Amino acid sequence: MEQLLRILEQNARLPLEDIATMLGIAPAAAAALLDEAAAKGYIHGYNALIDWERAGVNVVEAVIELHVSPRKSRGFDDVASAIAAFDEVDSVLLMSGGYDLQVIIKGHSFQEIALFVAKRLSPLDDVLSTATSFVLRTYKRGGRLFQAEEIDERECTVL
Amino acid sequence: MDYQQLLAPAAKAMRPSGIRKFFDLAAEMPHCISLGVGEPDFKTPWSIRDAGIRSLEQGRTRYTANAGLKELRAEVCAYLARRFDLAFGPEQVLITVGGSEAIDLTIRALVAPGDEVIIPEPCFVCYEPITQLTGGVPVPIATRAEDGFCLTPDALRAAITPRTKLLILPYPNNPTGAVMSEADLEAIAAVLRDTNVMVLSDEIYAELTYGLDRHVSLAALPGMAERTVVVNGFSKSYAMTGWRLGYAAGPADIIKVMTKIHQSCIMSAPTTSQYAAITALHSCDEAIETMRDEYNRRRRYVVKALNEMGLTCFEPRGAFYVFPSIRRSGLTSEAFCERLLQEKQVAIVPGDAFGACGEGFARISYAYSVDHLQTAMARIRAFLCENGWA
Repeated sequence: MEQLLRILEQNARLPLEDIATMLGIAPAAAAALLDEAAAKGYIHGYNALIDWERAGVNVVEAVIELHVSPRKSRGFDDVASAIAAFDEVDSVLLMSGGYDLQVIIKGHSFQEIALFVAKRLSPLDDVLSTATSFVLRTYKRGGRLFQAEEIDERECTVL
Repeated sequence: MDYQQLLAPAAKAMRPSGIRKFFDLAAEMPHCISLGVGEPDFKTPWSIRDAGIRSLEQGRTRYTANAGLKELRAEVCAYLARRFDLAFGPEQVLITVGGSEAIDLTIRALVAPGDEVIIPEPCFVCYEPITQLTGGVPVPIATRAEDGFCLTPDALRAAITPRTKLLILPYPNNPTGAVMSEADLEAIAAVLRDTNVMVLSDEIYAELTYGLDRHVSLAALPGMAERTVVVNGFSKSYAMTGWRLGYAAGPADIIKVMTKIHQSCIMSAPTTSQYAAITALHSCDEAIETMRDEYNRRRRYVVKALNEMGLTCFEPRGAFYVFPSIRRSGLTSEAFCERLLQEKQVAIVPGDAFGACGEGFARISYAYSVDHLQTAMARIRAFLCENGWA
């Protein structure tokens, strides 16, 4: 199973046949493993890593650091799942260190994100403070370089 | 100056690499994709790089002992015992500039003019020229695809003469990916035990085997440690090719003479690399496994893809190469590779670069990302289809 997940983490679009070959198992067995991975929640989805900047599509992204007051009974879970429920929110992570929740938001404009923070996030009862930082440039995401190509510097003349 | 007259005959007689011009051509093609390299695509694990950096920060920038850092030699012994059941003491280990220097020293320490050196081919390209530089006589043995490119006891017995000094045993093998099992090795050992023939066991790919069995060193078999020099290094198992660090382990009397030569030619292997290598041996077994798992997945993919498109290859169980037959094209290896390069801009290495018996084959390296391999396989498939060889 771990081998399957490692293959998919690098390239989720490989044909099932090739995945089976790499694992040294039959395609049917690979399909069964894949079903199991989905059923057990090991795989949450298959997204493309899109370079919106290069595609010429306006996507603004911001990282928001939140201080929240955890509820007595359920800790951070309540407020985190409330924030996660917003469509604009890309990810919500509970952090160690200087703040509690890290929220990543995608929108079409700075204004849209600013409004979202002001009107949706800040008013939440448990949110004590927010600090919003906008992403200026993506250099690497999901293990892939966005600005420069990985260059193979190996000389092909060494046997 | 007439340099041709000045140059030493033995050096002049060295065969130039026939594929040099071929790869120069490849380097100038902008859309060329290579499956030609013989080194890992991984970067050296960070902890190893960090150890090298730390040694520089601490100002450890001087020569080491000629034979290498004592601590490193002790680690090499512990590693060889842990991974391959070999019992060497630190005085039996010499740290060298890559496995290549260890090969050079072993041959130079043992081979006198007229001595015969048995070289199973296809194999890595350096054994023959080094043998010739010492005045030794290379005696190639053509291994066969039917035998899984293994050296057979019969072929070895037939090649041994009273002048035989050394057998080169290059397994896991570059370029074929062949490995020799313990039973295969025992059959070879049985032939050697009655002789005075020494063995240079080039085990640089020892960590890259993909069967259920781990690599077995000839030196681990009964009675063989006394007649074997094991050559290994850090390049392939730890993705450290650029650090240029390897070692030889063998009988103390031979290592001592090799150390003398090393002392004159090299002084000591790179100090930074030696400090980094201590960390490699000490705490990177897991990194080896991760890289091997990755190679294994690519290996299965490439073998199946090639077999399906009609370039039949036996299943390689070691190193990171496959060695398919290109005979159905009716072309020579060189012509096949040249046309593949011209027509589809894919660079692979003609099999005859690794010895005459490699004719009819080509070496394909899978030390590349799966994405890269997919593109390359698609191009090779198209090449075969368009020429009616699929």
